[in-house]
Amino acid sequence: MFRFALTRIAMALPTLLIVAVSVFVLIRLIPGDPAQLMLGDLATPASLADLRTRLGLDQSLPVQFGIWFGNVLHGDFGQSISSQQAVLPLILQRFLVSAQIVLVAVVLASLFAVPAGVIAAWRQDSALDIGLVGAATLLLSIPTFWLGLLLLLFFGLKLGWLPVVGYVSIADDWKAGLLYLVMPIMTLFLHEMGVVLRMARASTLEVLRLDYITHARAKGLSESAVLWRHAFKNAFGPTWTLIGLVLGNLLGGIAVVETVFTIPGLGRLLVDAIFARDYPVIQGCMLFVAFTYVLVNLVIDLCYPIFDPRVAAE
Amino acid sequence: MSTKAFSSEVGTGSREENASNKATAPLLDVADLTLKLGASGRTLVNAVSFQVFPGEIVGIVGESGSGKTLAARAVMGFIPPAVRLTGGTIRFEGQDVMAMSGKDLRAMRGSRVGMVFQEPMTSLNPSMLIGRQLDEGLELHRKLDSGQRKALVLDMLRRVGIRDPEGALESYPHQFSGGMRQRIMLASVMLLKPALLLADEPTTALDAVVQRDVMELMVELTQANDTAVLLISHDLGMVARYCSRIVVMCQGDVVEQGTAEDILARPQHPYTRKLLAAMPQRLPARFLPEGGTPIVAVRDLVVDYPGRQGFFRKSAPKRALHGVSIDVKPGEVVAVVGGSGSGKTTLGQSIAGLVRPAGGEILFNGKPIAKSDTAYWDYRLNCQMVFQDPYSSLDPRMTIQQLVGEPLRLVEAMSAAQKKARVAEVLTEVGLGDGFGQRYPHELSGGQRQRVAIARAIVRRPSFVIADEPVSALDVTVRAQVLELFDELQKKHGFSCLFISHDLGVVEQVADRVIVMHEGRIVEEGPRDAIFDDPQHDYTRKLLSAVPGLESTGDGGVRLFWRRGEGEASA
Amino acid sequence: MNGHGRMKLPAPNALVGGTLIAILLATAGTGALWTPYDPLKLSFREKLVAPGALHWLGTDEFGRDVLSRLMAGAATSVWISILTVTLAVVMGTTIGLFSGYMRGWTDRIIMAFNDALLAFPGILLALGLLAVLGANKYGIIVALGIAYTPSVARVVRGTVLSLREREFIAASRVMGNGEGFTMLRHILPNCIAPLTVLATSMFGYVLLAESALSFLGLGVPPPAPTWGNMLAGSRPYIDQAVWLGIFPGLCISLTLLGINLLGDALRDKLDPRMRGAR
Repeated sequence: MFRFALTRIAMALPTLLIVAVSVFVLIRLIPGDPAQLMLGDLATPASLADLRTRLGLDQSLPVQFGIWFGNVLHGDFGQSISSQQAVLPLILQRFLVSAQIVLVAVVLASLFAVPAGVIAAWRQDSALDIGLVGAATLLLSIPTFWLGLLLLLFFGLKLGWLPVVGYVSIADDWKAGLLYLVMPIMTLFLHEMGVVLRMARASTLEVLRLDYITHARAKGLSESAVLWRHAFKNAFGPTWTLIGLVLGNLLGGIAVVETVFTIPGLGRLLVDAIFARDYPVIQGCMLFVAFTYVLVNLVIDLCYPIFDPRVAAE
Repeated sequence: MSTKAFSSEVGTGSREENASNKATAPLLDVADLTLKLGASGRTLVNAVSFQVFPGEIVGIVGESGSGKTLAARAVMGFIPPAVRLTGGTIRFEGQDVMAMSGKDLRAMRGSRVGMVFQEPMTSLNPSMLIGRQLDEGLELHRKLDSGQRKALVLDMLRRVGIRDPEGALESYPHQFSGGMRQRIMLASVMLLKPALLLADEPTTALDAVVQRDVMELMVELTQANDTAVLLISHDLGMVARYCSRIVVMCQGDVVEQGTAEDILARPQHPYTRKLLAAMPQRLPARFLPEGGTPIVAVRDLVVDYPGRQGFFRKSAPKRALHGVSIDVKPGEVVAVVGGSGSGKTTLGQSIAGLVRPAGGEILFNGKPIAKSDTAYWDYRLNCQMVFQDPYSSLDPRMTIQQLVGEPLRLVEAMSAAQKKARVAEVLTEVGLGDGFGQRYPHELSGGQRQRVAIARAIVRRPSFVIADEPVSALDVTVRAQVLELFDELQKKHGFSCLFISHDLGVVEQVADRVIVMHEGRIVEEGPRDAIFDDPQHDYTRKLLSAVPGLESTGDGGVRLFWRRGEGEASA
Repeated sequence: MNGHGRMKLPAPNALVGGTLIAILLATAGTGALWTPYDPLKLSFREKLVAPGALHWLGTDEFGRDVLSRLMAGAATSVWISILTVTLAVVMGTTIGLFSGYMRGWTDRIIMAFNDALLAFPGILLALGLLAVLGANKYGIIVALGIAYTPSVARVVRGTVLSLREREFIAASRVMGNGEGFTMLRHILPNCIAPLTVLATSMFGYVLLAESALSFLGLGVPPPAPTWGNMLAGSRPYIDQAVWLGIFPGLCISLTLLGINLLGDALRDKLDPRMRGAR
């Protein structure tokens, strides 16, 4: 078990390094002077010269990467061109906004969709199964930015129950803050329900065909014991992995939902930075989200042996 | 663990008294059971009737598609969703199983009827501790406290031969070998001392040597608890060894049933005779000229498999062959036998050039093939291979004609017309003459596919063919036909053959000479009759004790005799 | 045993999905050649007209005909998606085949890079590439094409490695066929089935990603219509002109539904491991 954990962690390190290299190279692909890019059009010759030496622009590319990556590891992601703020605190602040939405939506979606998927598999080809799978496929086919718009139209404009524009942090006013969070969370919740339900159903079907399920039935166990005690744990592994992927993907793609509901999250920060050509922020966001994604999947992997002890034994 | 503990008489003697004592009511009474496929209405099990009396062992024998598994599982009320029961009754201890409530069915399952599965790798829950899995049935069906249950579980694990029962409770199934898992499975089922045990091919997935141990254990445990057994198998020899009565099924019908002795010695139905005829039999030894250069000679072959590469340690490479030397003479069929892990498959693959040896050399017609390109190509064009799995050995996107014609691509001396004629000729030779050329592999049965694989191997008229378990994936009667074809082609074209198999019965039928391998080494080697009649090595004896010898009694019947295992006195 | 009965009926998901995709392709094809009105023509007298006899799906804030713009948008989206999927499939297959063919260290290094690129979740990599390439039609194709290449490479390499374990590949080597010939004659053709399944679902992902990027203002720039930028444009008028927000979203959703259904049906048919799972 310990060796398994150590191996998995060690396997994530090269990935993180290559991710960093990719982000570095990506930004360096932009034609022009990197120092000029990082400081924007308003830079003074003195500050440009200063940054050039700090970035090591007169040295070889690997050395430049080393300097840059060293700074990143110390939490120095540079300074935003448009706001002149340090990039990392900016990202962290925005990340918390996005993370609360994503996390709550995914946890809720899993709580509903996993049992529903297991039951759909258990009653394969029944009206219940066909109904659930149909609904899931439909939900999964509606893009979040349109689903959000529909919710906005219905709950915000038609019923007037929820605020349409703006954002209040929960920390400032938890009641108002909560109201602003309902629709974005509901949007992601509905969409991811479809994704998770289908996966939970497919992996349960795989498991239900195996001999040990018949063996459990042949012991005289009730259907609920067979399903939850024997099938569920074994079927949950693939769904668990999917939940990790969904979490990360949402962080990467949440910009659209934040745009619909005008929420100042990480996705919006990145998109605005792209519009403003604020390269330090673009670089920082990409690196941060990719690192988070790798770490989330690492944690998911480390938990996997709970559902399948064979994994840790290899 | 060793076969010493059990005499091979365990199975039959005392059981036959039970079987003849039919005054008692049957434990299980299946009458006119008919199962159909829901949508198409195809009949899968057709008016099947048989009975099992308390304490006896009854075998159901049939090939795939015979309906034997469906019929047996129906006894427990397991009918797949797509299948409908359209007629007949199943009475267990006088009660109609099909009319039972869900609650009554569950009370019967496990407690009165137990079930053992074929595949030990998937029949235990991989994510649940062994102790929990064993305890589950007891907890459900017996009013015992957890301490009493644990004592029973430990006692049972000890009885099935688990070395460290306490440790086993806290282990997961993947920590045990297939044979051990099957023992745990048996323990799990026999803990509840059911009146009837359904055993569906319980040893088919195991190594020959382990097979016998597990069967003997099953017989011993059931006998001790007066449990009747319904043994489902494709292996007539095995069924005949342990069962008092045999039910023969074919395509959903019971074609014949009776005592084991009657079925074997006086088969009535043509299908039963066909099954008996399909059991491998020894033919008189062939005369092959002594001496001469071997066509293929292998010298001190060493093969290593690289160790797993972890992040922190690189495990040492595993040596699969420890310097193996063999000779194959022109026209000779040399069989290599051994259990899994014996290195027999690696030997075949390295001779075929699929695995790079770490040491040793291969000589073809006296010339080392690694030394020159011409020698290599001469060998490459003259050495062909037939693989085990006909479902995996044919490219699914090619037609039969393309498949069989492909080896000729590299033959420069033939014109396109000659190649075409050769393909047609070879297809006819393997019995796929008319209209098969344009079909795809998935349109063919397993036996037909293996014929295609053979055709592909011999189309270049090779002088040496490696056959790696060529019939082990096939049904019994198909196996006999393919073996017959292989034998015929070998005699006709005179190619030498390295025949790799775990099945001594098959080997006894085809081989001129036999090489026995164990853990990457040759442990015994000799002419077929010498190996089968006077084995010298313990491992060879153990292998032989798992297969029956056959004697024809005339009129399509046979008599089986069993060889003694290691340490047992020879009868 | 399960499948026999249902095999004869055409799978309902294939039927519905196929119909939806056929409608999409017909709309896109028509939209490329002909639309009821000029999708770009401004007409301030007719702005925000509700759906009716003259404008079946109404007009937008500049008086442009919504149906015409949807049809033209379909043509743009489908064309971008097809080019992107083709680009990703060609690049990914090349990398995957090469990596699976070489094995050993070459394979490990290629796959390490490949997996690191897969560590950019969702459309993040595409966003980053767009920051470099610039937000326009060709930028989108290249950005999304590169972003989806790693997943194709992974699937192809996986297929190659599992095919290499099959006995017919060993048979080809025993015949004396070279590695290159075996690759092209036996391995590549057997990659087509999984690639078809992948390309189908990828068409959906790409169409969705393109809509999302256009919605964010990073895709095809206005005034050229795409479903995504039409939806983004509707946001300020959503309370006065509901139809502006409804129809483009409905088009995207129905298309994705069609692709998902078709993808399920294809997977059932081509991937034997999943057969019976549905």
